[in-house]
Amino acid sequence: MNNEIPIDVALSMYGTMVRIRRFEQAVSELYARGKIPGFLHTYIGEEAVAAGVCANLRLEDKIISTHRGHGHLIAKGGRLDLMMAELFGKATGYNKGKGGSMHIAEPDLGMLGANAIVGAGAAIINGAAFTAQYLGNDGVAVAFFGDGATNTGTFHEAMNFAAVWNLPSIFVCENNGYAESTPRRQHQKIQAVAQRAVAYDMPGVTVDGNNVGAVYLATRSAVQRARSGGGPAFIECQTTRWRGHHEADQQHYRPKEEMLTIEDRDAIRDWRNELLARGVSAAQLDEIEQTAAQELENAVAFAEASPLPDPAQAYTDIFTPVSEAL
Amino acid sequence: MAEMTYREAIRQALREELAHDERVYLLGEDIAEFGGSFKVTLELLDEFGPRRIRNTPISEMAILGCAVGSASTGLIPVAEIMYSDFFGMAMDQVVNQAAKMRYMFGGKLEIPMTIRAPMGGRRSAAAQHSQCLEAWFMHIPGIKIAMPSNPSDAKGLLKTAIRDPNPTIVFENKMLYNVKGEVPDEPYFVPFGKANIVRSGNDVTVVALSDMVDYALKAAKQLEQEGVSVEIIDPRTLVPLDMDAIVTSVKKTGRLVVAHEANRTGGVGGEIAAQAGHRAFDYLKAPIERVGAADAPIPFAPNLEREILPDDRHVYQAVLRVMDYGG
Repeated sequence: MNNEIPIDVALSMYGTMVRIRRFEQAVSELYARGKIPGFLHTYIGEEAVAAGVCANLRLEDKIISTHRGHGHLIAKGGRLDLMMAELFGKATGYNKGKGGSMHIAEPDLGMLGANAIVGAGAAIINGAAFTAQYLGNDGVAVAFFGDGATNTGTFHEAMNFAAVWNLPSIFVCENNGYAESTPRRQHQKIQAVAQRAVAYDMPGVTVDGNNVGAVYLATRSAVQRARSGGGPAFIECQTTRWRGHHEADQQHYRPKEEMLTIEDRDAIRDWRNELLARGVSAAQLDEIEQTAAQELENAVAFAEASPLPDPAQAYTDIFTPVSEAL
Repeated sequence: MAEMTYREAIRQALREELAHDERVYLLGEDIAEFGGSFKVTLELLDEFGPRRIRNTPISEMAILGCAVGSASTGLIPVAEIMYSDFFGMAMDQVVNQAAKMRYMFGGKLEIPMTIRAPMGGRRSAAAQHSQCLEAWFMHIPGIKIAMPSNPSDAKGLLKTAIRDPNPTIVFENKMLYNVKGEVPDEPYFVPFGKANIVRSGNDVTVVALSDMVDYALKAAKQLEQEGVSVEIIDPRTLVPLDMDAIVTSVKKTGRLVVAHEANRTGGVGGEIAAQAGHRAFDYLKAPIERVGAADAPIPFAPNLEREILPDDRHVYQAVLRVMDYGG
C-alpha cells in the first residue's frame, strides 16, 4: 500500500515529520527555560497525522487547527523562524505576537488558525469549504481536532451541516486517547470515533495515525471525493500523545505501563525504515534531518534577536479600517 | 421618497446588496421559501435562487461558524439568527471567533460578516423570545453593533453593515417590522458612529435605542405641552458609539436620560451614563437617569410584560425626575 505513494511525496512527508519533531522538541526545552510564555501543547508523537493529511493539500486549500497546532502549520508550509518568533511573543512572529502558540495562523498558506476552543474549528471549516463550493472551484477544507472535541455540540452541528450542504469539508480526528486528562473510555462509549460519521451519512474511516502512509492514503481518497463534489468525510487517526496535555502536565493519570510503551510507536522511525526499504539512502535521510536542525537553529536565533511588540500594537488590528467609499 | 415598512426596507437592502456583489449570500433557519420567521427574506429565493438564499438546519453554532469561515475566505455572509435570544446557542462563534480572529492573527484576516438578529418583546413571546441582548456584545471588543429605529435607518445601516469588512450585528426590532416610514429612492448608506438628532430641545437630553425612540418622541410631545423641551438622540450604532454627539447635547441641556428596552442592570445605558458623566460632569444639573426593563425575565401575560418593559410613561417620568431634581 505505502509503496504506491510517490517517492517524492514519501520523502516530503518524512521531512515534514522531522521538522515538526525538531520544532516541538526545541520549544519544549525553550519553554522549560522560560523563553516561551503562556501555555504550550506539543504535537510530539502525532506528527504523522498533520504530515499525511497536508501532503494531499494545495496552497489554496484551507485547514483549521487546534490548541496543539504547530504541526499543522508546519505541514501546511509554515516557516519555523516566524513560528518561533510568534511563540516567543515577538513582533516578527506570524501574528505580531498577538496570538501565540494557541492562535498561530497564516491565512496566506490556507492555515486559518490554531483554535483554542475545542470543537470550534469544525464549524468554521464548513465556511471555508462553502467558499470553495460557492465559487465553483475544487478546493477542500480540513478541520483537525481531537477525540474530546467529538463530544461538543459544535462538532455535531458542523458534521450535520457539512453533510446537508454536501460541503468539501474533511474532518480529521486526532484520536490520542485522551481529552486533556480524561481517557476516552470515560468520555465516550463508541468503539471507534469514526462511528460518529454514520449518524450523518458521511464516510468515516479509522486509520493508524502512526503510519503516515496510511494517513496519506485515507486522506487522498477523501480529498479526491470532496474535490469532485462527493461531499464531506471523516477520518479518525489513532495516534499517541507522547507528552502531557501541556508542558506542565505530569500525566499522573496515565498508567505506568502505558508511559513505558508510549515511544514504542514512532512514526518517524517507522517511516525512515520504510524509505530505506524502498531504496532511499541513509545519507539522504540524514541530510533531511540536518537541514531541519539547521533551520531550527536559525529559527531560535531569529526569535531571540527579534524585538518585542511595540506597546501601541495592543490597540491595533481590532477592526479592519473602513474605507470612506463604500 | 417612498413610504415602506421597516421589513420592506430591510428586504430592499438585502436585495440591493445581493445584486451589487456576487459574494453576498444569506443563510439562516427558514429564510428561503418560508421567508424567515418575520418574512423579511420573502421573495428573495425567487429572485436570487437557492445558491445564495440558503436554509440551514436548526444549528446556530454551525450557521455562525459557516459565516465566520466563509467571510474569512472571501465571501460576504448575511446570517439570520431567528430570535436574538438564540445567540445563547452560538456565542462562541461571535465572541471567541468572529470578534477575535483578526486581532489574534495580527491583522491577517478580514471577517466581513453580518448577523441580522430580531430583538425585543411586547408580543407575549415570553422569556426566551423577547430579550434585548446588545450589552452582551458591546462588552466584547471586535464586533460592531447597529440598532435601527426606523425604516430608513434599517435599510441604510444594514447596507453599511454588509459593506463593512468587520463582523457586525444588526438588531432588528420586531415591533417595528410593520411600521412605515419614508425611505429615500436613491441609493444611500447610513454611516456607523454617527448619531441621529431625532428632535432638538434645550432642557433635557434623551438618548434612546431602537423603538424607545418612538416612545421618547411620544413622551416629548406631552412634555412640550408642560413646558419641557426634550432633545432626543438615537445613537443608531453602539459600536462605534457617537459619544461626542451625546456629550455635546448634554453640555447644552445639563440633563440626561438614557432609555432602552433591555434590562437596566448591566445595560448599555450604564456605559453611556458613565461616559457622559465623566465628560460632562460640570454641566450636569441632575443625576443621570436610566430607563430600562426591570430586572426580571420577560413574563408571558400581557399585563405582566407591560409591567416589566419600559415605554413612553417611563421616559416621561424619568424626564420629570431630572427636571425636578433639587427643585
